Amino acid sequence: MSSIGTGYDLSVSTYSPDGRVFQVEYAVKAVDNSGTAIGLRVKDGVVFAVEKLIQSKLLVPGSNRRIQTVDTHIGVATAGLLADGRHIINRARDEAENYRDTYRSPIPGKAIADRVGQYVQAYTLYSSARPFGSSTIIGTVDEEGPQLFMVEPSGVYWGKQVAKTEIEKLKLSEMTALDAVREATRIIYTVHDDAKDKEFELELSWVTVDNKRHQFVPTEIALEAERIAKETLNADMDDD
Amino acid sequence: MDHFPNYWGMPPQESFDRYNIFQDKTKNNAISDPTTNTKQPIVTGTSVIAFKYKDASFGSLARYREVERLYPVGEYTVLASSGDFSDFQYVKHTLDKIMTKEYYTNDGHILGTPHIYEYLSQVMYHRRSKLNPLWNAFVVGGYHNGEGYLGYVNLLGTTFQASTITTGIGMYMASPLLRKAVEGHEDTLTEAEAVDLVEQVMRVLYYRDSQSINRYQRAKITAQGVEISPLLSAPTDWSIGKDLRGYQ
Amino acid sequence: MNRNQYDNDISTWSPQGRIYQVEYALEAVKQGSAAVGLRSKTHAILLALKRSSGELASYQNKLIRIDDHLGIAIAGLTSDARVLSNFMRTEAMKSKIMYNRPLPVYRIVSAIGDKSQVNTQNYGRRPYGVGLLVIGVDETGPHLYETSPSGNFLEYYAISIGGRSQSAKTYLEHNYESFADADVDELIVHGLRALHATLQQDKELNTLNCSIGIVGQGQKFEMIQDVDLQRYLDMLGPQGTGDQAAASQGEAPMDTE
Repeated sequence: MSSIGTGYDLSVSTYSPDGRVFQVEYAVKAVDNSGTAIGLRVKDGVVFAVEKLIQSKLLVPGSNRRIQTVDTHIGVATAGLLADGRHIINRARDEAENYRDTYRSPIPGKAIADRVGQYVQAYTLYSSARPFGSSTIIGTVDEEGPQLFMVEPSGVYWGKQVAKTEIEKLKLSEMTALDAVREATRIIYTVHDDAKDKEFELELSWVTVDNKRHQFVPTEIALEAERIAKETLNADMDDD
Repeated sequence: MDHFPNYWGMPPQESFDRYNIFQDKTKNNAISDPTTNTKQPIVTGTSVIAFKYKDASFGSLARYREVERLYPVGEYTVLASSGDFSDFQYVKHTLDKIMTKEYYTNDGHILGTPHIYEYLSQVMYHRRSKLNPLWNAFVVGGYHNGEGYLGYVNLLGTTFQASTITTGIGMYMASPLLRKAVEGHEDTLTEAEAVDLVEQVMRVLYYRDSQSINRYQRAKITAQGVEISPLLSAPTDWSIGKDLRGYQ
Repeated sequence: MNRNQYDNDISTWSPQGRIYQVEYALEAVKQGSAAVGLRSKTHAILLALKRSSGELASYQNKLIRIDDHLGIAIAGLTSDARVLSNFMRTEAMKSKIMYNRPLPVYRIVSAIGDKSQVNTQNYGRRPYGVGLLVIGVDETGPHLYETSPSGNFLEYYAISIGGRSQSAKTYLEHNYESFADADVDELIVHGLRALHATLQQDKELNTLNCSIGIVGQGQKFEMIQDVDLQRYLDMLGPQGTGDQAAASQGEAPMDTE
């Protein structure tokens, strides 16, 4: 049934007669409107790639990042409303600090994903607040190895849609972080629709088992990955 | 076994103080008793010495084996502590937290030695003003904007910066030695001379400081970053003891 | 005016994934007069158009000094701007007291963003009705940011906000590549031209209706107002219509002297 005009879609604390919470579904629309974010978990780390759409040429390149660090060992990429994404990241930072205060050790991936998920889910319960218009991909390397999670506005976990089919083709468990950077770059270039979308900037970051720190991928490696991605893309087009 | 020291040597409870004349010190009366905080340090470490040479340097004498009291904060700063060890652990954790914030903010700014020193000084003064001091004397040493940096702050919130700094009994025993060797020579003192000086001072302190054992650590902070040595011991010669006069 | 059932409060999403109340707050910024910001490798400057409510009233201030290394221009609700500028001053003070370090520009801007975001999520609040241009200098050089009621903040080489700011943006987009190496005077003339582009046909820039803020490496935040402006207005040369700015693009700014 259609949601609009029924009156069942005005508050997050209202179910529709068929048991849906439309306000949460609308919040997900805000995520769908934004650029793609990818997280890949491979054998020696996690890799993030974000397609950052550039609204104006007056913007300073490399600023206004959509991938952020939480604690030192966690990377978070957001899609959707930027400000909502920052709110979630700040909460994640508080949770990581709180974990350190209590246990004097870095928060494991499962714990941070669980805590952030619970926080986001709480915003789907009350009419006094709206759900977050942001999905976050959380990745880290902890004692059990590389970990990757995704938190949606509803509080559940999902894979990002457009890129999902591309990612499923990859044999992630056999790849290295360096391979993953190249694949992620290629995927972002593939899903980026030149005709419809504006210019974009690629953000690449990783956490590897070597130092367990979330860092942006060094420029040389990033540029090389972009070069390969463009070549592959051109080759594909020639085939067509 | 009666676990309350206040009762030790006292007559049994039934016959003692039936009219509650003496206050029971084992019970905390929230209304009439003043709040009390730390009144003495518990697990302690002894002297820290620090001085500038062409780069910047540090040494610290141990009271316990293998308990390290030199701690790197960020890439160019070392915190050294004498006094209460658990308070030192608390401060390490606090500083780690602010450095974590610096890391994840990722805007090209990282707190340098003077900033960390300022922060620590504010924390120490704040705590003493709450009559709940962190029972330490800290030396913050580092390298910032091409220069060595040394600052001192203690449980009273007292601060100063100098080219030689000492804490604990080292304030009395090591300061004159260091000042003589370092002041005015900060720019010419070589690393080898600095290492010798640390060893010499540590030997003197170990001879005289009855609270110490023969273990120390040395930190070196230069433009290349922080280097903290493993545990070292100053060579000592106790055969001179028989020549000492004036002691039993 | 169109009304729909999704625009009544801040805690309601529209079926398209929009929050109308935030978008309306963005309109409040456009009700204010224009402000322009530009940045070179060494300096960042602000220029703003001041309004007066009548002959007997003075012109409303548009620039606020936050600290020696930090200043803002505002567009929108002035009272909201005062809340934010007080907040910024407190944060700047905290940084000095706690770390003996001037507050890095990114941190204050992101703090404003985070503060603004909360007002876009909870029922019973309204978003701030003001946009800011923030300029500042820190260890990483000069910076120019825009903050908005949505909680977004973006770093720019040059940008304009407020009423008719699109004309200024057009000028800036044509000329921004030359700003990096421009000296302060050149930067100001570019800024004045951009600001001039936002004026209505019959209006001119004068010493009363505009003000300039400058901060640079080794130069504390400073405002140029009233008679001091004359020197720069002279550099700007004769003011034609709003289109003149666009027409003179590409021309070296000092040639007008």
